[in-house]
Amino acid sequence: MTLFGYRIPMMASLIVWALVWEIVGRLDLIFLIPPMTAIIVAGFDLMQTGSWQNATLVTVRSFVIGMALAIGVGVPLGVMMGRVKIIDNIFGLWVNIFVSAPLSALVPVLMILFGMGEATIVVTVFLFAVWIIVLDARAGVMQVPPSLVEMARSYGASRATIMRKIILVAALPEILAGIRIGVIRGVKGVVIGQILVAVIGYGELFELYSRSFDMERFWALTLFLFAAAMVLSAVVENAEKRIEYYAGAR
Amino acid sequence: MNATALAADEFDPASVVTRDPVVRVEGICKHYGSVEALRGIDLQFERGKLTTLLGPSGCGKTTLLKIIAGLVPATSGRIIVNGRAVTGPGPERAFVFQDFALMPWATVLRNVGFGLELKGVPADERNRIARSYIGEVGLQGFEDKYPHELSGGMRQRVGIARAFAVNADVLLLDEPFSAVDEQNRRKFQEDLLRLVEMERKTFIFVTHSIEEAVYVSDRIVLLSPRPGRVSNIIDPRIDRTADPDDIRRDPGYLDVVEEIWQGLRHYAE
Ligand SMILES: Nc1ncnc2c1ncn2[C@@H]1O[C@H](COP(=O)(O)OP(=O)(O)O)[C@@H](O)[C@H]1O
Ligand SMILES: [Mg+2]
Repeated sequence: MTLFGYRIPMMASLIVWALVWEIVGRLDLIFLIPPMTAIIVAGFDLMQTGSWQNATLVTVRSFVIGMALAIGVGVPLGVMMGRVKIIDNIFGLWVNIFVSAPLSALVPVLMILFGMGEATIVVTVFLFAVWIIVLDARAGVMQVPPSLVEMARSYGASRATIMRKIILVAALPEILAGIRIGVIRGVKGVVIGQILVAVIGYGELFELYSRSFDMERFWALTLFLFAAAMVLSAVVENAEKRIEYYAGAR
Repeated sequence: MNATALAADEFDPASVVTRDPVVRVEGICKHYGSVEALRGIDLQFERGKLTTLLGPSGCGKTTLLKIIAGLVPATSGRIIVNGRAVTGPGPERAFVFQDFALMPWATVLRNVGFGLELKGVPADERNRIARSYIGEVGLQGFEDKYPHELSGGMRQRVGIARAFAVNADVLLLDEPFSAVDEQNRRKFQEDLLRLVEMERKTFIFVTHSIEEAVYVSDRIVLLSPRPGRVSNIIDPRIDRTADPDDIRRDPGYLDVVEEIWQGLRHYAE
């Protein structure tokens, strides 16, 4: 973005919106929107409380476990689907249904299956994240040039070596892109899961603050989640950039 | 009958038996499903010689080369290399791919040394060998570049250096210069001749360019359109001690080009 010939960094637009928010908040027009400064102060306050620390721990833990499962299952499944026709036929339809299905509707069923606790959240994160990871890994493997595989074969590479040195490396850009989108979906999963279960982690706090009309803390919590999602996505994007030099060049 | 000078009308398979066949192709047939790609191919390839497979596109040149490489199974017939039947790829054969088949994420040095890397040669040694072949193909100073930083011609030099680095007896080249522009192509052909001269290896070279075939080959195998069969074998016998530009103007050279063209023209309709 440029203004009067000066380059304006991305952060500037965030600051402008925060200012608008602050003004609207100060005008006391809508009680739902307290001033931004008050939200930020509430955020720092919140960080001191045991209930926030505990909720954050629970949230991060179920997110990390759910994502680890999604990556651990999704990447190998996608790679196998890209390589083996039969496996692709068996799973292809289901993956495509689930990738665009309204998974929030499944959470109540998960609550019955896994109880009103962390297990349900972990499964929700997994279900939100895994399908896009599978599809992108599959797409990455399918675009590996056959001549590269043939080349490795002609120099005596075993199947395992071809997988490790050619297929996985060649598919890495797509695999990472899938993980990045999976991470964003996983954040959605952990929030939606917790809000629906409503007795653990951030879900419990959201429930508490919205019922007591504590909008400052409510928004502070929301800001934390936005920031977390952005930071996570930036981390994966950074990993993607490191290998972009060849992703863009093929 | 003279065993080496064969005109189109006096072709006799029995007369082209070579003295030191490194590669023997015996009765190779190949079907892709209902498509018959190759029918009854019998050929022998001599050490230190460059043989070209020449024919219209789709006649099975790549298929035959990949069968010799052990990358594609034949429907029937067999390939004997150094007295042993081929069942898959082997260290005595190296393949140069039409689309280069370079790893875009690896430097020139790693790409050239990749055949050695797969054989488990330690890094020091394979880098030393790779560097020497990078010099051999004229890419000195490009060791740390990535393929996308190179021109098409330079990329194929990397592919050729990689094939040379494993020190195979038999080099299989599938239209290696087809993606190279005309000026560089000539330079390439001269470099290839120099490498043939230098390394006592068996070269099997695929092209669809008649001029290229006549210029670089000791022997040209003409294949008919699908199903591919051997339709003629020609020994150009060009005097390569002459200046490259003189060779291309030499009446003998032009006669062979014309002869092949006449032989192929009834396919061109
Ligand atoms: N993997 C394959 N599956 C089916 N048909 C193939 C395959 N590879 C080649 N063919 C067919 O076999 C014939 C010979 O192909 P190819 O060996 O590539 O010819 P050339 O290299 O002489 O152009 C063509 O008709 C082609 O369509
Ligand atoms: Mg071909």
